[in-house]
Order: sequence, then C-alpha cells, then structure tokens
Amino acid sequence: MERRPQKHLVLILARELASNLATPTLIADAEGTLVFYNEAAEEVVGRPFAEAGEMPVDEWTTSFDPRTPAGEPLPAERRPVRIALDEQRSAHQAFRITSTDGSERDVAVTALPLFAHSEEFVGIVAIFWRE
Amino acid sequence: MRVKVWGCRGSVPTPGPETVTYGGNTACVEVVLDEDAALVLDAGTGIRALGFDLRQRGVRHIHLCLTHLHLDHLEGLRFFAPLWDDDVTVDVWGPPSQLLSLRQRIARYFSPPLFPIELRDVPARLSFHNVEQRPWAIGGAQIRADLVLHPGPTVGYRVELDGAALAYIPDHEPALGGALAERSPDWISGSSLAANVDLVVHDAHFSEDEYPRHVGWGHSSVADAVAFATASDARQLLLFHHEPRHSDHELERLEDRARELAGDRLQPPALAREGMVVELP
Repeated sequence: MERRPQKHLVLILARELASNLATPTLIADAEGTLVFYNEAAEEVVGRPFAEAGEMPVDEWTTSFDPRTPAGEPLPAERRPVRIALDEQRSAHQAFRITSTDGSERDVAVTALPLFAHSEEFVGIVAIFWRE
Repeated sequence: MRVKVWGCRGSVPTPGPETVTYGGNTACVEVVLDEDAALVLDAGTGIRALGFDLRQRGVRHIHLCLTHLHLDHLEGLRFFAPLWDDDVTVDVWGPPSQLLSLRQRIARYFSPPLFPIELRDVPARLSFHNVEQRPWAIGGAQIRADLVLHPGPTVGYRVELDGAALAYIPDHEPALGGALAERSPDWISGSSLAANVDLVVHDAHFSEDEYPRHVGWGHSSVADAVAFATASDARQLLLFHHEPRHSDHELERLEDRARELAGDRLQPPALAREGMVVELP
C-alpha cells in the first residue's frame, strides 16, 4: 500500500491541540484539503471525522449550505476558510448552516493561516463559534 | 553505506566506569563518504575524536549537519581539530530560525565569556547554510531534512547513499503529536524521514516508567522509539541519546525491552555505542 505523505509538523501539532480543545476546530492543509476536525466540531457538523475522512474543504463546506443570516447563499470567496487559504490572512464571518442531521445552526467561523516560516504557508485552522 | 557512532549520550557528557561500554560522549555520527570528504551529523563531544581521525585521514572537506543547537549537539565543535586548520573547508547545515542566521546563533558559542576565540577568527573556511526544504546532494549522498518534534527549531535527516538509506533523528518526541499507536504514519512527526530506511538512529532517552514524568522535554521512551520505527517501516532501530543517568547495565535492560516490544516487526533493536560501525546494504 502506498504511504500517504507525512503532514507538516505544524499540522501535526495543530491536530494535537485541536484534539484537546472543547472548541469546534478544523484543519486544512495548504492545498485546501480538510485533514482533520475535532470531536467538538463533530457536534456541529453532525458526523465524526473518521466517517467523513479527508476531502476538499470547499466540498465539505458546501455540504452545509452556508448562507448569510438573511438566508442568502454565502459565496466561497466570502467564507473565512477560503479567505485564509487564498489570501493567507485571518478572517471571521457569522453565517447559518444546515448540519448533516438536518438541523439549522447559526455559527461564526474564525480562520487563521498557518506559517511554518515567514514564507512557508502550510495550511489553516478554523474555529467554529456557536452563535 | 558505512555509519560510525562517535558519541551517543544525551544531554551531557558522562565519562566514568558506569558508561565505558556505550560511552559518555554526546551526539556525533559520521556517514563515511569518499576519501576527500566527510559527512558528520551533529557536533556533540564525540566530534572531538572524529576531528583527530579526519585529520589523520587527510580529509579536507567536511559537511556538518546539525539537527539543532542544544549544547549536547554543538559543544564539541569548538574542539574539532579541522576547524583550526586553514586548509580545511567546513560547510555547516542547520535548522533555520526566524530571527538569527545559523552563523549568528553558533557565534554565541564562540564568544566570551563562553569561549576566548571569536568565530571570525576560526582558521578553517567556514560556510553556514539553512537546511534546504528539498533534498540536496552532499558528496555522493542525497540528504533530506525535515522539522521534527523537539523544543526549538529541530530537524532530522535522511541520508541516501549507494542504495542504502539512513534516518538520523536523535532528539525527538513524536508521541507529543498523539499516541503513536493511534496515528497513521502520515500524522507522525519524522515518519517521512524514516520511511522504509535500512536504519533509523532514534532518540530512546527514557524508560517507559521515566517518560510520563518528562512529557514535553523533547525525548522518547524506548517504547515510543520502537513504535516510531515500526510505524515508519524502518528495518532496524539504533537506540540513541542515552539518558545520562543510565549506566551500561541499565541501558542493556532497555535494549532487552526494545527487543521484546519490537518482536518480529523489526530487526532486533540495538544500543548505539561509541566506536560502533554499521554497514548498511
């Protein structure tokens, strides 16, 4: 079986931090692949990471039908995770999602870019706040 | 590939009757290149004897790869004979820092009150390089460095030469990234360096009983060293960075434990020993 490439050390440390946080947290790598979310996030999204597995973070986000509090679709370029990935800067946004169990939730997401060195972007961490 | 251990003790030199078998000098390992050049991993006090050996062999170009700048990996450098020879070239590689160059950081050790002679007055032709983010060549060897879990900027090295592969990760606490048995290899620090190597030289500082009192100190238990080597599909594990308080006898008990844990998943793990030469296929 082919070995998957090792995650960057910063992502390994971020995962261990997230694993010990009660705050819903997800991690994506520099290519925009969702590589982990913690147990607290499972409550928000409605299924465990072990079941969901790695996937493009946009695919994952879109599956929750993110929209503004007024009910308008939230375009990808306004989603904090996309901003942190594309522009490599922090972003925060409140919006509404539909969890996999069908329930509607108001959440806010803060996404932060992760740099191992000043010019080495290795991914992002996003924290969900229940509104 | 021929690998020679010049020092394998962790933290501080430990000369004395309790450590004569495995040695008291701190980290230094040589990968033997051709006659004109040498590849040296770390500059603990073991590098002092290596320096005299290199001088005798007439080696004029030395590539020194530092994993990090904790003293037990650097303190022998000031007493490395080739440094004091103006006919020798020394290329020093090490982990990058956000604030200071490698030269600036090492210069601290070559300045009063720690040392009477400044780095700029060292006669050898010295060059300092941050490790590359991609593999690079030294002599006929391919080298790769990657950050690993240890306090402060720290790298491990993978060396490939003549069809053999060596991983050198002397200071490493991968279990800080999560229990190794619960992680797939892609989530284990250092696993890409050690994947399928013929030999991994790895931190085995603590016994399983000692480790829980030292979580976060940057070192591994023997059990985690075995788990790391197994997860990386390494063929053989050399237990390295011996705890200064461990006598030869205590180290041998840890070796027995490592062999018990490894079962038939690895070749029997062995203790690194000063003067030991390992020939890799």
